[in-house]
Amino acid sequence: MLRLYAELIRIRFLTLLAYRVNYYSGIIIYGINIGAYYFLWNAIYSGQQTLAGMSVEQMTVYVSIAWMSRAFYFNNIDFEIAQDVREGKVAIEMIRPYRYLSVKTAQALGEGLFRLLFFAVPGMVMVSLFLPLTFPPTVEVWGIYAVSLLLAFIINTEINLLTGVITFFFFRNDGMMRAKRVIVDLLSGLILPISFFPGWAQAVMNWLPFQAINYYPSMIFAGAVGPQQAGEVIALQAIWTAVLLVPLAVLWRRARRNLVVQGG
Amino acid sequence: MLQVLRLFTDYLSQYFKTRLAYRADFFGELVSNLIFELINLVFIIVVFQHVPLMKDWSRDEIIFVYGYFLIPYALFSMFFSFWDFNERYIIRGEMDRILTRPVYNLAQVSLESIAPDRIFGVISGLIIMGYATIKLELSFAWYDLFLFIGLVISSVLIYAGVYTAIAAISFFSDSRTGISPMIWNIQNYGRYPVDVYNGVIRFILTWILPFAFVGFYPSAYFLRKEEWYTYTLLTPVMGIAFFALGLFIWNWGIKRYQGAGS
Repeated sequence: MLRLYAELIRIRFLTLLAYRVNYYSGIIIYGINIGAYYFLWNAIYSGQQTLAGMSVEQMTVYVSIAWMSRAFYFNNIDFEIAQDVREGKVAIEMIRPYRYLSVKTAQALGEGLFRLLFFAVPGMVMVSLFLPLTFPPTVEVWGIYAVSLLLAFIINTEINLLTGVITFFFFRNDGMMRAKRVIVDLLSGLILPISFFPGWAQAVMNWLPFQAINYYPSMIFAGAVGPQQAGEVIALQAIWTAVLLVPLAVLWRRARRNLVVQGG
Repeated sequence: MLQVLRLFTDYLSQYFKTRLAYRADFFGELVSNLIFELINLVFIIVVFQHVPLMKDWSRDEIIFVYGYFLIPYALFSMFFSFWDFNERYIIRGEMDRILTRPVYNLAQVSLESIAPDRIFGVISGLIIMGYATIKLELSFAWYDLFLFIGLVISSVLIYAGVYTAIAAISFFSDSRTGISPMIWNIQNYGRYPVDVYNGVIRFILTWILPFAFVGFYPSAYFLRKEEWYTYTLLTPVMGIAFFALGLFIWNWGIKRYQGAGS
């Protein structure tokens, strides 16, 4: 069984490798985004040493790593599930001898690994040529970041699976999936570190899973979370990983019973 | 032209029929557009809680630029929302069908993917601009309304030109997905004052992918920033030039296009 999923990961990885224009443009996209946000933040800081507890240097690292982490955890499996449902393919998928949601997760992982190796790493090298980046000083911090990033991937994938499974009930929910995408970008701390938000908003966000997707790993990488707190952060992420499984399992059970195949 | 207009109304009614078949999704789409607009506002508002100025731009000035940007962006995405052009028309061979019909091919492609619900972006843009106008106590002359309409049309033409050219790349290359997501990312930066960025990015946003003309340069006129007036005046010129360029590349691509063979 494990070999099957490993094979799925490998195939998705190789599929992406075949589209070279995507690959080059992907690196450029990330480079441009990081560059533009870097200048934007420099203009925002303009001379001030710290804002919301972060120095300019930490902000530079934060912005770059936040986009690089996104390269790994971001995927479109919710849209893929919606397409399977719409085209009726999902009926075939469900009688095959594997778990549909696990297949999607494996494909997402293949995509994530591809982007990590071919976008994020070269992108980071490219960015570090132009911007003053400092990398984590010890192997330990790199390790904690890696664990945190992996958990971020799982949490984001669970959220994507949830929104994807909702298609079973609404037949079309592109609007909702698109809204989810922008909400995740904002509330995960990609475009704005959570510490910048007013206190009441932070209090609300503490009860939501989104900051576990980007804010936690990025803060670890930027050195704004010490090794002491890092354990706490990882534990929080692990809790969210487990908690999100509950609605996913419930919805999936009901979705299978509810399935209406619309042609295909 | 008349024919295109008649088709436009036909496609419009078809659009509403298909969209209202999935009512939950229709409203979901509206809400998601609204959230997208709000999120950028959140960024501006939250950042300005920590600093009084960005370079020397105040919060309300930046909000005004953003409000302006939403209007051409909404109109553009209503008529040119064929983001999946490559996938839908080239790979699945739909282009062959388009080419056998008598109406101008670009008009057909654009009508087939028309998204009238985007028109609400114009309303959000006007509300946001109105808010900033009151806060900044801006005053307008009677002719500013006509200038505004002219500038908005020019901005839409820039978007349309750049995007048509990018979609036309699909005629020349055989790669699966195009570079439109990349451009989508860049267009976002035209809505901040360009003096925030360094020279290279400023140059790109002005002359190569001139998205600064879609937000910042035209708004500078209404904000009475005289140092940018030259660029405001250039907006219609750039609009016409880039739209002509887009059409040229498109027509050239059509001539070269050989069909999907499927």
